[in-house]
Amino acid sequence: MSNIPGELRYAASHEWARLEDDGTVTVGISDHAQEALGDLVYVEVPEVGQTVAAEEACCVVESVKAASDVYAPIAGEVIASNEALEDQPELVNEAPYEGGWLFKLKPDNAADLNNLLDAAGYESSLED
Amino acid sequence: MTQRTALYDLHVAAGAKLVDFAGWDMPVQYSSLIEEHEAVRNAAGMFDVSHMTAVDIRGPQTIAYLQRLLANDVARLEPGKAMYSCMLAEDGGVIDDLITYYMADDWFRTVVNAGTTDKDLAWMQQQAAGFDVSIEARRELCILAVQGPQARQKVADQLESELAQTVMALKVFSAVDLGEAFVGRTGYTGEDGFEIVLPADAAKRLWQQLLEAGVAPCGLGARDTLRLEAGMNLYGQDMDESKHPLESGLGWTVAWEPAERDFIGRAALEAQRGASANKMVGLLLEGRGVLRAHQKVMTPHGDGEVTSGTFSPTMRRSIGLARVPAQTGDTVEIDIRGKAVAARVVKYPFVRNGKVLVT
Repeated sequence: MSNIPGELRYAASHEWARLEDDGTVTVGISDHAQEALGDLVYVEVPEVGQTVAAEEACCVVESVKAASDVYAPIAGEVIASNEALEDQPELVNEAPYEGGWLFKLKPDNAADLNNLLDAAGYESSLED
Repeated sequence: MTQRTALYDLHVAAGAKLVDFAGWDMPVQYSSLIEEHEAVRNAAGMFDVSHMTAVDIRGPQTIAYLQRLLANDVARLEPGKAMYSCMLAEDGGVIDDLITYYMADDWFRTVVNAGTTDKDLAWMQQQAAGFDVSIEARRELCILAVQGPQARQKVADQLESELAQTVMALKVFSAVDLGEAFVGRTGYTGEDGFEIVLPADAAKRLWQQLLEAGVAPCGLGARDTLRLEAGMNLYGQDMDESKHPLESGLGWTVAWEPAERDFIGRAALEAQRGASANKMVGLLLEGRGVLRAHQKVMTPHGDGEVTSGTFSPTMRRSIGLARVPAQTGDTVEIDIRGKAVAARVVKYPFVRNGKVLVT
């Protein structure tokens, strides 16, 4: 059973989003997603300063087998990307909600987070 | 409806992730692809490849038939030896690649790919007209590939002493029929090991015994990274009916001599001999990213295409095979999501018997 922290919001496409105290939103992929992808060997994070629309493909995670797009869960400007992943893509497998975060957004509208699934909703989407 | 091998329940019980491969529900990985890959390079791993088909060709004209059917020449073999060959169409396109084992003058056992089995059999039957041979697909038989530096010993340990001695005495690319099991010292990983053809019940027992002996179950994911490191083509990806062997890195498998041997596809290949517009090369990605099939290869002589690409678990970097213009030099660029990333053209295999050959 995969780990689905209750305090996060989720996209059905398996990204998580966390509203930080400073109003920024941190984005990563869920434990379920990293498990399904297997050992990650390369992560292409978005460039800082890039603006992204909700559901826009803006990041790529690659396992040994395949490359997969990661979609921005909400619209905003990329204000940071996780440079540690350049040398340690496996952080996404090891700690998908912590050291394996992908990028941070300054959201156009933080209320957009309400359009995402809560933990219970994401969990049930996995059962479908 | 996908097909299942006799070992399906064992795979599910072992926690395998299953995928549809050529119409079969096959394990793609059990635990970690990289760990499975490393088990084969460093110790022993096993693959259920029962989706592939053993085809027995029997009859007094078996050798003459195979000399016509295959681009490689079975007359170069001695009894007990195996050979890799392409089976070509008249236009030189590759219908399939296969291993054929010379068991007796009137019995060759051939193993063909899963996705091509039906068309292969139709073609083989059609070409058998005029030859006194019978062609029998042994779909009821399972095939286990046990591979890695400890693989042969692990298999021998499961056999009674006389049989153990027999299989341990097998030379590379040789096979022996033990009655219930057929054992070939062949494989698709670049490591030593056996490929074993046997009935379903015996296959299940052997799988279980090897599991208990510490042989790692490995899925198609590791099988792909291992074969690509070993520089072995994958049918349907690196070549198919629209490509001939000389542009697929398989010129070495075409036996031109004797000149009078009229194998199917010979005339078409003769016209390409030394004149092929394209060639197959190995690639080492120098920049960041991962080589993947179908990426564009940019060269001063025109574009080529990556046919297979992956992250190499052994080399910890991305490697691939590509079909490029014949004049291509030492460096190329790969179009990875719109960015041009440098790659070096290298000779392959990349890895054999646990050793990295390309630096």
